[in-house]
Order: sequence, then C-alpha cells, then structure tokens
Amino acid sequence: MNIVVCVKQVPDTETRIRFGPDGRWIDESGVTFVVSPYDEFAVEEGIRIREARGGEVTVVGAGPERVGQALRTCLAMGVDRAIHIKDDAIERADSLTIARALATAIKAIPFDLILMGKYGVGTDNGQVGPMLALLLDIPQVCAVAKIEIGERVVTAHREIEGAIEIVEAPLPALLTAEKGLNEPRYPSLKGIMAAKKKPIDVRDLSFLGISLPAPGSQPIRWQKLEAPPGRGEGKIFRGDPGESAREVVRLLREEAKVI
Amino acid sequence: MPGGVLVFAEQRGGVLKRSSLEALSEGRRTADRLGRLLVALIAGDGIGRLADQAVAFGPDRLLLIDSPLLAAYSTEGYAAALGQAITHASAEIVLLACTAMGRDLAPRVAARFGAGLATDCVALMTEGGVFRARRPVYSGKAYATVEFSGSLAMATLRPNVFPAQERPPAACEIVRLELELPESAIRARVVRTELAEKKEIDVADASIIVSGGRGLKDPANFSLIRELAEALGGAVGASRAVVDAGWIEHAHQVGQTGKVVAPALYIACGISGAIQHLAGMSTSKVIVAINKDPDAPIFKAATYGIVGDLFAVIPKMIEEIRRLKAE
Ligand SMILES: Cc1cc2nc3c(=O)[nH]c(=O)nc-3n(C[C@H](O)[C@H](O)[C@H](O)COP(=O)(O)OP(=O)(O)OC[C@H]3O[C@@H](n4cnc5c(N)ncnc54)[C@H](O)[C@@H]3O)c2cc1C
Ligand SMILES: Nc1ncnc2c1ncn2[C@@H]1O[C@H](COP(=O)(O)O)[C@@H](O)[C@H]1O
Repeated sequence: MNIVVCVKQVPDTETRIRFGPDGRWIDESGVTFVVSPYDEFAVEEGIRIREARGGEVTVVGAGPERVGQALRTCLAMGVDRAIHIKDDAIERADSLTIARALATAIKAIPFDLILMGKYGVGTDNGQVGPMLALLLDIPQVCAVAKIEIGERVVTAHREIEGAIEIVEAPLPALLTAEKGLNEPRYPSLKGIMAAKKKPIDVRDLSFLGISLPAPGSQPIRWQKLEAPPGRGEGKIFRGDPGESAREVVRLLREEAKVI
Repeated sequence: MPGGVLVFAEQRGGVLKRSSLEALSEGRRTADRLGRLLVALIAGDGIGRLADQAVAFGPDRLLLIDSPLLAAYSTEGYAAALGQAITHASAEIVLLACTAMGRDLAPRVAARFGAGLATDCVALMTEGGVFRARRPVYSGKAYATVEFSGSLAMATLRPNVFPAQERPPAACEIVRLELELPESAIRARVVRTELAEKKEIDVADASIIVSGGRGLKDPANFSLIRELAEALGGAVGASRAVVDAGWIEHAHQVGQTGKVVAPALYIACGISGAIQHLAGMSTSKVIVAINKDPDAPIFKAATYGIVGDLFAVIPKMIEEIRRLKAE
C-alpha cells in the first residue's frame, strides 16, 4: 500500500494573531508553527496502515522554508519520505492553486490512498482535499473517524448531522481525517534521530512546471483581515445562585427573546 | 444574459434542511442586490413534493433533479447534479449551507469549474458590484473578508447566522432536469447509515445548545445538562476535555476540533472558555456562561454570566424555565 499524506503547517492555535503590514495576512514573526492537528491524524493513520499492510508513506507539504520542520516532525513520527513543494507565496494562494501543485507532485509517485486533514486549522477552509480528489479523478470521503482497508477498497465512517454514514470506495481514494480517527503518537527520540537520515525532496514550482496566478487573477483572495466584532459588555451576576438563575432566565425571555 | 444566483437546497431523507432555507433567503437578498435571477436546485429521489416549501422562499426558478441514483447522498452523484444546475442557470454565484454535505460537495464542484470558494461564511456583501464574503479565521481571533474574481463564485454559509425569510407568493418556473450520469460514475457509495442512538437533536442543527465541561466533575452529572437542554428544547454540547475523558461522544463536541455552531442561544456550563472552544461557538447570538471562577475566559464572550456553582444554578434555571413554560 502506497500512502500519501498532505500536511499543512499552521500557526499553533494558542498563538496571538497580529495582522501583517498589508492588512491581508497575519504577521508571522513570533508565531509558532505546527503540523495542522487534523493532518496529524492523517499522518498517524497512514503509519498505522503501513504497519499493518506494508508499503510506504510519503508526506507532501507546500509552503516556505519553515515547512521543512513540519515534514521532519512527520518523518520522526515514522513516515518514510517527504516532498517539500517550496515556495514563499503558495500558502497565500487560493485552495485550487494549492491543490494543483499537490496534484502535480503526487502524480509523479505511485499511490493507493491519499490522506489529508478535514481542514487546515486557522484558515479553516476545508477545500484542498476534495479539490485534489477531483484533479486526480479519484473518489473522496470527507471527515472520517474510522477507516478499514479491504481488497482494493476502503470503508470509512463519517459523521453527518445526527448519523454516521458508512461509505465504501474503490482504491485509489482520498480521505480527509476527522478528530477521533486515532491518537497521534509523539515522535520518539529514536524516531527523531532516524528522521535526520530520511530524504526530503525539495521541489520548486518551476521544477513542477506550474506557476502561481497573479494575485489579481486568483479566483478568490483575502482582501482584508480585521479584529472580530466586539460582543459588547456582558451582564455578569455574582449574587445568590437562585436569584441569578431566575434573573438570567427572565432576561433570556424578555430582553434577548430567545426562549 | 447575466448569470444567476444558484442555491443548492439540501435535503436528507426527503426533508429540506433549515440551513438551506437560510441560504435560499440569503440568495434572494443577494440576487436582489445584484439584479439577478435566483435559481434553486433540489436534487434527490422523489423530491417533487418539496417544491412548494422551497418556492415559499422566493426563487424565480426551481430546478428539480429527481433520480434513483440520488436516493442516498454521494459526492459524485450530487456533484454531477449541481454541475448540471450551474450550467443550466449560467450561475455566477452558488450558495450552499455549510453542512456535512455542503462541505463535501462545494470544493469538488468548485475545482471542476475553477471557481473561487469561501467556506463557513457569516456575511455576504456586494460593494460596487464586487461580491465579497466574510468568515471567521484563526479560532475566531480574526475575521477575513475575501473577494472573488473570475466567472463563478461559490460560498457555503454557516447555519443559524442568516435569517430565513419566507416571501409572498410570486411566480416561480419549475424545471425538471434529467440527471446526466451513468451509475458507474458513482464510485464512493454510502453502504449504511447509522442513526444516532437516541433521537437527539444534533448540535449542528440546534437553535439552542446547552454544553457541559469539566466543571461537571463526573460523567453522571451530564444528566443535569440534558435536563436543562430538554427544558429548552435544545441540544447537548460538550467541551473537548469531557469528550476526551469519554464522558460523551465526539458528535457533541463544540470547538475547533468539534463542530462550529451559531445557535440563537448557547449556554456553557462549567466550561473555561479556551480559545479552541470559543472558536466553535463565539458567533452564537446569545451566550450564557455559568462558571464558579469569575476570571474564566468564557465570561468575556458571555451576554449573560453567572458566577457560581453550576450544581446550585442549573436546577434553579430548570425550575424557572418549567414554570414559565407552564404559564
Ligand atoms: C489543537 C487543539 C484543539 C482543541 N479543540 C477543542 C475543541 O474543539 N473544543 C473544546 O472545547 N476544546 C478544544 N481544545 C481543548 C481546550 O484547549 C481546553 O482544554 C478545553 O476546552 C477545556 O475544557 P473545559 O472548559 O471543559 O475544562 P477546563 O478548562 O478544565 O474548565 C472547567 C471549568 O469549569 C469550572 N468549574 C469547575 N467546577 C465548577 C462548578 N461546580 N460550577 C461551575 N463551574 C465550575 C472551572 O472554573 C473551569 O473554568 C483543543 C485544544 C487543542 C490544543
Ligand atoms: N500547503 C499545503 N501543503 C500540503 N497540504 C495542504 C496544504 N494546504 C492544505 N493541505 C491539505 O489539505 C487539507 C485541507 O486544507 P484546507 O483546505 O486549507 O483547509 C489539509 O488538512 C492538508 O491535508
């Protein structure tokens, strides 16, 4: 089984967000970057499937120099090799452009299964997975919390509103990971040492034969980042619990009119 | 001929999603602002009887794609149907509800058409003819305004944010389209659906949510949360801490790695208000926080806060709500 896992490097969710000088993107100085949490589930699942069935796991990440660290982390977890699509601007491109770059790199290697995150935490787009599946013309199952591999077929459980859908797809297929899929391992010291010897193929866009659209001709782009609208001062009650409870219920009915 | 605004009106099991009616209503407002036709699509098997309900929300044209191949949801089947509708409507803008189905379908279709897509939007704007959308990013620590260029813009809308608005009766042309898809083109298939055990309201669908966190101390105390939710006709939510502890299933988790919700009323009980929890609920219209720690960050998001022991506060709330309901 050859498995490809796409990983996005994202700001740690605890990081303070400041806006960059152009007001369209965050100021990355001082930001701690990590492997997007959903992608960790995908990496863990890829390694587990390989452990059970053999084969190779390749991680692919597109982004600037720093993405190399995210790929090293995955290698230390137990992934076999990594491809770094290195470009300073690609993370700011639209999702379809990112999916095209990933598709170009992935087409050059054999794969039976592609694993991704449900979305890249932070920008929360949830787009690159299905877009990549379309570009590679393979079936997709999104936000899966359980995966079973059969003979040239994968069965996946996905949570929908009020139910779980059990979906079957022929391989090759692309799945995106939901929380609950597994508990990602921490890289062991041995893994970290071993990772130093594993290969990271660095590819730039010209090597892949693609180029980014000019910002003005992207189908979508961030025009402005701003602070969230303030919620106003809340009314806080600190007195007798019974009285506070009654007062809040009254306000919910008479002031907020939600009950 | 200018293109239309197309809304994918999602149905599951023959029921139109409320969040799709919200999308239809927002589609109507968008089409009016831009002077475009509003076209709605219902796809499924035996869905003709849903037409009246969709028409009440004001589309100029309703497309019905009725096929046994669409009896269960499949990405490839529904993507083909939506693709046909986009072509038929010469759509310039496509709106879907940001549901499990919308999240799965929209990006695949956007890739096929080379469209720009904005997911989980909380506002749509048209300024000087330019179509824009606003969406929370970085756990709600910032809002991004995105702008589209190109011939097709797509957006999925966060449920419960856009008001659903019925329209006075008006002419609506109903067009039936044949699904143009061989059965073999549907590769990923739903083989089984397991309904949630009890007939609980899902947090993603609820307009009232009562959530419990580690402050509940013991999984058995979730009964208090369930009782309050029941008194209000709401759903039960949870923080990740209690989901990870195995007190309640992941389906109930609200937050960054759970569900993103925006109900009319969100009551957080014994939840500290970590940024990852806030990411999932901070766009709720009214937020009530019950926490014994006056410095808990959840109070910063609260419309109404009660500093106190939830075991003393919640039973009183239940009592008061039942009394009001009985009146
Ligand atoms: C990558 C990542 C993703 C995450 N995703 C999510 C997510 O999706 N959803 C989520 O919720 N969290 C998420 N978290 C976890 C988050 O950081 C917090 O750890 C979690 O939300 C804490 O849950 P809690 O508020 O129930 O528990 P705690 O933080 O322990 O808070 C318990 C609260 O209960 C109060 N309390 C205690 N006793 C009482 C009482 N008797 N009466 C009233 N109040 C009382 C305390 O004062 C305290 O404020 C994520 C974390 C990471 C790193
Ligand atoms: N720059 C990137 N490099 C590699 N994988 C990516 C990149 N961006 C997104 N992905 C993958 O696509 C998934 C969804 O990302 P997104 O559509 O940005 O929310 C992520 O969880 C990753 O698996």
